[in-house]
Amino acid sequence: MSITVQIPTALRRHTAGVGSITCAAANLDQLFSVLDEQFPALKPHLRDDSGQIRRFLSVYVNEEDIRFLGGSDYAFQDGDEVLLVPSIAGGTN
Amino acid sequence: MSTDQTHYELRCRECGRRFGNQPRSICEECFSPLEVAYDYDWIRYLLGEGTIDPVRTMRERITQRAPSMWRYSDLLPLPEGFEPRLPVGFTPLFRAPQLAAKLAGNGEARTAAQNLYIKNDAVCLPTLSFKDRVVAVALAQARAFGFDTVACSSTGNLANAVAAHAARLGLKAWIFIPADLEPAKILGTQVFGANVVRISGSYDQVNRLCSQIADERNWGFVNVNLRPYYSEGSKTVGFEIAEQLGWRLPDNVVVPMAGGSLIIKIKKAFDELSKLGLVEEKPVRFFGGQATGCSPISTAVKTGNTEIEPQKPATIARSLAIGNPADGHYAIKTIKGTGGWSEDVSDPEVIDSIRLLAETEGIFTETAGGVTVGCAAKLYRQDRILAEETTVLCITGNGLKTTDVLAGIYEAERPIAPKLTEFEKYLEETLAASKPRQPEVAREAAAGIAV
Repeated sequence: MSITVQIPTALRRHTAGVGSITCAAANLDQLFSVLDEQFPALKPHLRDDSGQIRRFLSVYVNEEDIRFLGGSDYAFQDGDEVLLVPSIAGGTN
Repeated sequence: MSTDQTHYELRCRECGRRFGNQPRSICEECFSPLEVAYDYDWIRYLLGEGTIDPVRTMRERITQRAPSMWRYSDLLPLPEGFEPRLPVGFTPLFRAPQLAAKLAGNGEARTAAQNLYIKNDAVCLPTLSFKDRVVAVALAQARAFGFDTVACSSTGNLANAVAAHAARLGLKAWIFIPADLEPAKILGTQVFGANVVRISGSYDQVNRLCSQIADERNWGFVNVNLRPYYSEGSKTVGFEIAEQLGWRLPDNVVVPMAGGSLIIKIKKAFDELSKLGLVEEKPVRFFGGQATGCSPISTAVKTGNTEIEPQKPATIARSLAIGNPADGHYAIKTIKGTGGWSEDVSDPEVIDSIRLLAETEGIFTETAGGVTVGCAAKLYRQDRILAEETTVLCITGNGLKTTDVLAGIYEAERPIAPKLTEFEKYLEETLAASKPRQPEVAREAAAGIAV
């Protein structure tokens, strides 16, 4: 199984400019472990001191917010495209 | 890219890291949003500190300026030498006695009539929503940063505002919207010559796409890389409320919430005026309103959570249909920290509240305004807002943009011949057939029914 992970520009200085990776992570925890291992400098920017994903970081799987798919319980499927996206707002208010 | 301003700069809301001035909205250390921080000593100096009566001098300097949001330019992140080209803002604030009578009930109608105000951004120029304020500031910075193209993700009002202001400033505009947006809002964007991209998805999906596009293109996205400057424009709603109340703060403010930014920026405005001594410091309670079909902030407040659980929007109030509001956490803090509350209303209540506001005060608001009025009705009934308290309802957009939600409510009248006898007959039939209509919200309020 293989998934693709897109890393936003804001974080690429911690990945030596790498913008995407492929890996075989089965779920979100495993994905973060893979990222921690490949890019140790990235770790504190993805999770806070208690190990929780940072409040203003959103994770999407194939255009869907992973929280609607079960969050950390979601089992990645072969070919999934994962996006790490800073939370931003807009709209009317 | 940088500018030479000295009295403000970007700082991370969470870790406090400073970023100077640049098109950036996110702290690269902790991913938290950036906020504009000011040198208030410098602002005091600009506005007249050192004179015999500094508060009077500061107030006079502001009130002697033209009636637009630019009279508060010292408290906005504007580029050095900025010359406004549009008279945005300074919308009316006025008492709403008939609406107050409906919301507060007969026993307290007279008291409430003295104390309920509407801040009417349904007539904010040039595009009839409060979004003109934020875009005016964002595009001032876009030009200073050297962008020739501006862009946004939008639920409609922002699209109109970016397109209009860009046309005025000679900038190219790319506007990204959910495909199912109200036709009037799409037309009201296209007419300015903007490039409109309809996305088959929700606003949250459009927003996510725009953050990716902003990563790739050197465009000034008003609500992505220009967001810290853009959101500061919302403060002018608060500045104006205080000035129009005679340089005093209200007891309560009711604000519609989508991304959650407006409510926190009105509070920031009140805090800044207090800090400068322009108003007497006092506690103000902040109340948020959402549509029940998209109420992540309201739900969090009601359940005692400090974090947002995202929702899939399902409401006619499309301008508020943001299921994952990035400022939601701060909106919750503002509401809870001031002793306020958040309510939400169903789509039928939104429509009834639009009609109630129109029939009582002659203001035609869009769905977000219906949310504000409907939620205010609940807050009065719950005694969270009292008749004797000065309360301001923020009406943020114009009803002409969302006429589709009223489709089918008003019948097309049959034509009659141009004869007096025909009219007399018509009048008799009409009066016999109809009794005065009473909107749901008012009926339920009169009956004491909690909706």
